Amino acid sequence: MYHYDELDQRLVDERVEQFRDQVTRRIAGEITEDEFKPLRLMNGLYLQLHAYMLRIGIPYGVLSSVQLRKLAHIARTYDRGYGHFTTRQCLQLNWPKLEEAPHILAELAEVQMHAIQTSGNSFRNITADQYAGVAANEIEDSRIWAEIIRQWSLLHPEFSFLPRKFKIAVTGSPRDRTAVKFHDIGIVIRKNEKGEVGFEILVGGGMGRTPMIGQTIRAFLPKKHLLSYLEALLRIYNLMGRRDNKYKARIKILVFELGIEELQKLVEDEWNQIKDGPLALPQDEIDRISNQFAPPQWKKPQAARLGAEVQRLKNPAFADWVNVNVTGHKQPGYAIVNLSLKTLDAPPGDVTAEQMDGIADLAERYSLGETRATHEQNLVFAYVQEADLYQLWRALDELGLATPNVGLISDIICCPGLDYCALASARSIPVAERISRRFRDLRRQNDIGGLKLKISGCVNACGHHHAGHIGILGVDRQGEEFYQITLGGSADENASIGKIIGPAFSSEDVVEAVETIVNTYVDIREEGEAFLDTYRRVGEEPFKERLYPELTDAAA
Amino acid sequence: MPLLKDGKLIEDPWTHIPDEVAVPASGPVIVGLKRWREERDSLCKRKDPVGVRLKSNHTAGDVADDLEHLGVVALAFPAFTDGRAYTNARRLRERYGYKGEIRAIGDALRDQYLFMQRCGFDALEVRENETEKNWQEATNAITVYYQPAADGGKTALQRRHPPAA
Amino acid sequence: MVLQVFTANRVCDGIVVFLAEDGNWTTSLEECRVIGDGGALKQAMATAEKAAEYAVVADPYLIDVIEENDAIRPIRYRERIRAYGPPIHPDFAKQAIPAATGL
Repeated sequence: MYHYDELDQRLVDERVEQFRDQVTRRIAGEITEDEFKPLRLMNGLYLQLHAYMLRIGIPYGVLSSVQLRKLAHIARTYDRGYGHFTTRQCLQLNWPKLEEAPHILAELAEVQMHAIQTSGNSFRNITADQYAGVAANEIEDSRIWAEIIRQWSLLHPEFSFLPRKFKIAVTGSPRDRTAVKFHDIGIVIRKNEKGEVGFEILVGGGMGRTPMIGQTIRAFLPKKHLLSYLEALLRIYNLMGRRDNKYKARIKILVFELGIEELQKLVEDEWNQIKDGPLALPQDEIDRISNQFAPPQWKKPQAARLGAEVQRLKNPAFADWVNVNVTGHKQPGYAIVNLSLKTLDAPPGDVTAEQMDGIADLAERYSLGETRATHEQNLVFAYVQEADLYQLWRALDELGLATPNVGLISDIICCPGLDYCALASARSIPVAERISRRFRDLRRQNDIGGLKLKISGCVNACGHHHAGHIGILGVDRQGEEFYQITLGGSADENASIGKIIGPAFSSEDVVEAVETIVNTYVDIREEGEAFLDTYRRVGEEPFKERLYPELTDAAA
Repeated sequence: MPLLKDGKLIEDPWTHIPDEVAVPASGPVIVGLKRWREERDSLCKRKDPVGVRLKSNHTAGDVADDLEHLGVVALAFPAFTDGRAYTNARRLRERYGYKGEIRAIGDALRDQYLFMQRCGFDALEVRENETEKNWQEATNAITVYYQPAADGGKTALQRRHPPAA
Repeated sequence: MVLQVFTANRVCDGIVVFLAEDGNWTTSLEECRVIGDGGALKQAMATAEKAAEYAVVADPYLIDVIEENDAIRPIRYRERIRAYGPPIHPDFAKQAIPAATGL
């Protein structure tokens, strides 16, 4: 992984001192909440429903065990002993005190971490594929480019006060795991017809109250021009993005209003002015960063690999876990292991400090001391030898992190909702919990197969409901929590936006509605057909008929 | 209103002339863009220098052809959250090679001074109680830059890979 | 008559507080100052604004409450969640949650 050099470290240290001064001024009453708000937000500190919330950035989701232990220590010392992994590879603490926030940031800086720009109207945490560097059919490691963009986007003097927040994801595999088409800018590593590696640049994707799928603004961009092209695109957005209405300020609205061709022309004009300037990437810097993501010394597959095979035959629980949570690796003898943070004991994405310590230990023993966070709020060990799978499974099971449900209906993306969030309209975590209980039978989950269920507690869509095969949106109806259901969304390379299926359900009825949708699918699916494929084949009608018999009867 | 120019508090030698007020015969003045366009010839004939105020929805290109006549380009921050002036300042310096004063007017946080300086501002109109010390501290708070900008400050990348001598 | 209470988050730690009888800010609904008529509102507002100015609390605002079985409880469920803590974490409850709250 990338290690800070002296310059990276100095910037983060200086930033801590700057924030310490800002907090002192605030507590002394020298600056008002209105003046302080943008300053704290630029360091990831929100004021939520019950307390402050600190969002810590995990660049492209990669954590060393040293960093993870530090997060555990911070959660224990300054918070209530747990943290929450978000949909953008960050970790949130729900109970930090303002007066202690500078200490937290100083502790983070000790392990090369920070919370800069995890909020506010600028670049947010740069995300990438959690399988980067180990996926079988990858074109190139997305972490390299995410790190290059991370540095360029940090405290950018021109773009720290954009019209609105700005999210960038990078993926290097044909199979997209980053929701790249739902980002302000999505970067897809591609090979052109000459066999050169470069980037396809997508723009204008996003969720929120106006969900949009990103469009291609440049089909192929040579590597060395990545930053100059991004600078040109951001410059046009900074000047032309709407600032009169917060809900129309994201770049997706500019793309929509101008049209992709017009925006493309403006960006190319700007880019031609600056592309050969100091932003052109020198090969030695690309090399310096690439070297830090070089593949490890792979070990030869061990004979003991057979041991795991035998255990798999003998132990059905282990076999389930291998089938569902373990994925193929590009290197023979290795496996990618997904750690599920979707258990019945805690909200989706939550981990206790003890679990963090336990994960850090296991990562050291089994995965080169590295853990990765996914946008689906799970964790990944990317370097596990197949021979170790059985031991690892037993250890994860003890930590409560071996639920074999990754990619299944109970692997729910869920925002904090009204249990924590000041913006929420309704609770989302209890709905996720009730759905998980209803479908707790693993055999049934496996029979249902791959199904992405995503829950947001308000229209801001932090729970990605627009991109759920089944999406649930919490709304407030005269002081009561109601839930609207969408079907057919998808966040992968064939992205689609879910369609509202009909009137919202009460909190009491929403789980039964999900049950009805799932049963309808099971009844009408063809052999081997996944939920989304069935939906795309038959459309919404069969689901509607079963969900709202009274409405469809009346119509007939 | 005091002016912070190159980090020093000075008395502002320039006078802002509101759009509805006549331009005085002498003394350095800053006028709005509309007036500049309408009265360009007579303004150029004055013996004292003239500057132009740009709103945040104007662009650097609006005055690109006039820069040789302008002693000041004043860029407005209607709110500190409106970041368009940073782009305009960079374009004035980097694309159009403007060497005169670029000043910030309007709403600014102390914590933005460094960004302004990096984007090419060399002056800003400040509140009565603002100090040179605040400017000093704010512009020295962060000493590592990843981005090339109008101030020509050395970037992390340039420090990591110094050009061969 | 609509009863109201001033609420805010404390600046130093962000915790939810209510304006109390004595002009301080309390986490306990039991101790909060219930505002009924116009005169009391004016005075409470002045106190709340002062507290915001001195950075004791951030963004104070009024919420509607009802009095039931000698206890004050917020009317909107958002405010009930603020007052009692996240329903998914009853272990964090800041005060006894009346059965009638539906949380």
